[in-house]
Amino acid sequence: MLMGLFNYWIVVVLMMIGLYIVIAHGNLIKKIIGLTTFQTSVFIFYISMAKVDGGTAPILADDIIQYSNPLPHVLILTAIVVGIATTAMALSLVVRIKEAYGSIEEEEIQQQDNQIQEDEKNGRQA
Amino acid sequence: MIAHLPVLQVILPLMAAPICLMLKRAQLAWLFSLIVSGLAFGVSILLLQQVMTSGVISYELGGWEAPWGIEYRIDKLNAFVLLIITAISTTVLFSAQASIAKEIVTSKHTVFYTLYLLSLTGMLGIVVTGDAFNVFVFLEISSLSAYALIAMGNDRRALWASYQYLIMGTIGATFILIGIGLMYQMTGTLNMEDLSQRLPEVAQTRTVFTAFVFIIVGVCLKLALFPLHLWLPNAYAYAPSIVTAFFAATATKVAIYLLIRFTFSVFGFSFSFTIIPLQTMFMALGLVGIFIASTSAIYQSNIKLLFAYSSIAQIGYMVVGFSINTVAGLTATLLHLFNHALMKSAIFLALAAAMYRLGNVQLNNFHGLGRQMPLTMAAIVVGGLSLIGVPLTVGFVSKWYLLTALLEQGWWPVAILILLGSILTVIYVWRLVEVAYFKEPLANKAPVKEAPLYFLIPIWTLIIANIYFGIDTRLSVQGAQMAAMSLFGVTP
Repeated sequence: MLMGLFNYWIVVVLMMIGLYIVIAHGNLIKKIIGLTTFQTSVFIFYISMAKVDGGTAPILADDIIQYSNPLPHVLILTAIVVGIATTAMALSLVVRIKEAYGSIEEEEIQQQDNQIQEDEKNGRQA
Repeated sequence: MIAHLPVLQVILPLMAAPICLMLKRAQLAWLFSLIVSGLAFGVSILLLQQVMTSGVISYELGGWEAPWGIEYRIDKLNAFVLLIITAISTTVLFSAQASIAKEIVTSKHTVFYTLYLLSLTGMLGIVVTGDAFNVFVFLEISSLSAYALIAMGNDRRALWASYQYLIMGTIGATFILIGIGLMYQMTGTLNMEDLSQRLPEVAQTRTVFTAFVFIIVGVCLKLALFPLHLWLPNAYAYAPSIVTAFFAATATKVAIYLLIRFTFSVFGFSFSFTIIPLQTMFMALGLVGIFIASTSAIYQSNIKLLFAYSSIAQIGYMVVGFSINTVAGLTATLLHLFNHALMKSAIFLALAAAMYRLGNVQLNNFHGLGRQMPLTMAAIVVGGLSLIGVPLTVGFVSKWYLLTALLEQGWWPVAILILLGSILTVIYVWRLVEVAYFKEPLANKAPVKEAPLYFLIPIWTLIIANIYFGIDTRLSVQGAQMAAMSLFGVTP
C-alpha cells in the first residue's frame, strides 16, 4: 500500500509544502518558489498516473509488448511550458515591484500602499 | 469556410497577435486589432445563427475523430457567450487608442494590442473547446496575458495587484489541472462529451468526488466568488482603464461559463448538486458576497475600485441564480451574464473617458463633473441605474427573472435579501451622482472638456444597448432560455 502508492505520497507532500510556502511566506521570491513546487507536484502526478509497470516508451518494435500511456506525458509537457511562462512572468513582476517599491516583502509593500490610500482619501496628491 | 468557423473564431486573434507585434506603428496595430476583433464578432454571429438553425456544431481539429482528437463543440450556451465576448471586445477596442495614449508609454502600444488579442484568444478558446485539457491551456493563455496587461497600469500598485492575481490565478488553474488529471485517470478521456458519458459509471468513487471539488474551487477562484475574490478589486482598479472595461465584462463571465459547463455538461447536474451541498454553499456565498462587496463599494473613494467591488456583488447575483438549479434560475444567470457585460463595460469605458480627461478617478475629482462632461456622466448614471435594476434597463430584466425564479421555489427570504442588496447599490451609485451633479467644481481645479468621440461612440452604443435590451428582451431572454433548456435537457 505505502510503497505501491509511493509517487502519490510524494505528490501530496510536495503539493502541501508548495501551498504552505505560498500562503505562509511574505517574501515574493519565496512565494514563487512555493508556487513552482506546487505546480511540479502536479507534473509528477500526471507522469506517475501514466506509467505502467514494466512498460516502455511507445515505440513500435518487435520485442516491446507493454507501453506506458504517452498521452498524460505529452499533456504535461504543455503544462511545464505554461509553468515556465508563469514563473518568468512572476519573476519579471518581482523585478518591477522591487524597482517601484524598493522591497520584495509583502508586509512592507502593503504598508506603503495603505499609506498612499490614506493620502488619496484625504485629497492629497501622491 | 463556413465549416471552419469554430476554429476561425480562435485562430483569427491567435494569428493576428504576433502580426500585431510586427507592425511598428501603434496606430496601425490598433486598426489591425480592431478589424480582427470585428471579424471575430462576425464569426460569432454566424456561429450563433448556425447553432440556432441546425443545432450543435462539432468541429474536429485537424480531422482527428472526436474522443481522440480535440473537438470544438458549439451549442447554444457557448454561441451566446462567444457573442458577448467578441461584441464587448470590439466595442471596447474602439476607444483603446485614445485611452492608452494617456496611460501607457508609446513604445509599449503594439505590445498592448498583442496581449489584448492573446487574451481574447484565450477567452474565446475556453468557450469554444469541447476538450477538458484544452480548457486549461486556453485559461493560461488568457490569464498570462491578463497579468501582463494589468501590470501595464501606470500606478505602481498595478504591479502588486498583478502579482497577487498571478499567484491566485495560477493556484486556481493548477487546481483545475489536478481535477482534469483525476478525471482522466478514472475515465481515460478528456473529451467533455465523452466524459459526461463515462463519469456516471464511476461517479461513486472518491477520485471523481475529489476531481469535482478541485475543479469547482479552481473555477471559483477564477470567477472571484466570495471569499476567493481578494485578487479582483485591485487588479481592476489599477489596470489600464481599457483593460478594466474589457475584463470586467468578459473575464469573470468566462469563468461563470466554465462553472456551468463543468457542473451541467461534464458532471451532470444531478451529480453536481447531490455530491456536495452545492446549492446551499453557492446560495450562501453568493448572498454574503453581494452584501460584503456592496458594503465595501460604499466606502471606496477610488471610483474604479468602487465599481470593481460592485462587480463582485454582481457575480453574487449570478451565482445565486445558478444555485437555484432550475431552468428559470439558470436563465436568470445567463441573462445577467449578458446584461452585466453591457452595463459594466459601459461604466468602465465612461470611467476610462474620465481618466482621459482628469488623470485619475478619485471621487473628490468628480466634483461638478455632471456639467463639465455631461454625456460621460449621464452614461455612468444610466449604467448605475441599470446596476440597481431600475425598469427600462437591462438590470431590471435580469433581476426580475432572478426574483421570479426564486419565488417559483418559494424562497422569498432570499428574494428579499436580493432586493436589500439593490438598496446598497443605490447608496454607492448615489454617492457618485451626488458629487458629480450637486457639488460645485473645485475652485483650484482647471475645468475639463467633454470626452472625445472615440469614447462617446462606444459608450453610448453600449448604453443604448442597455436600454434597448431592457425594453425589447426577445433576443437576450430567448438566447438565455434556450441555452438553459438545452443544459437541462428540456425541449422547448
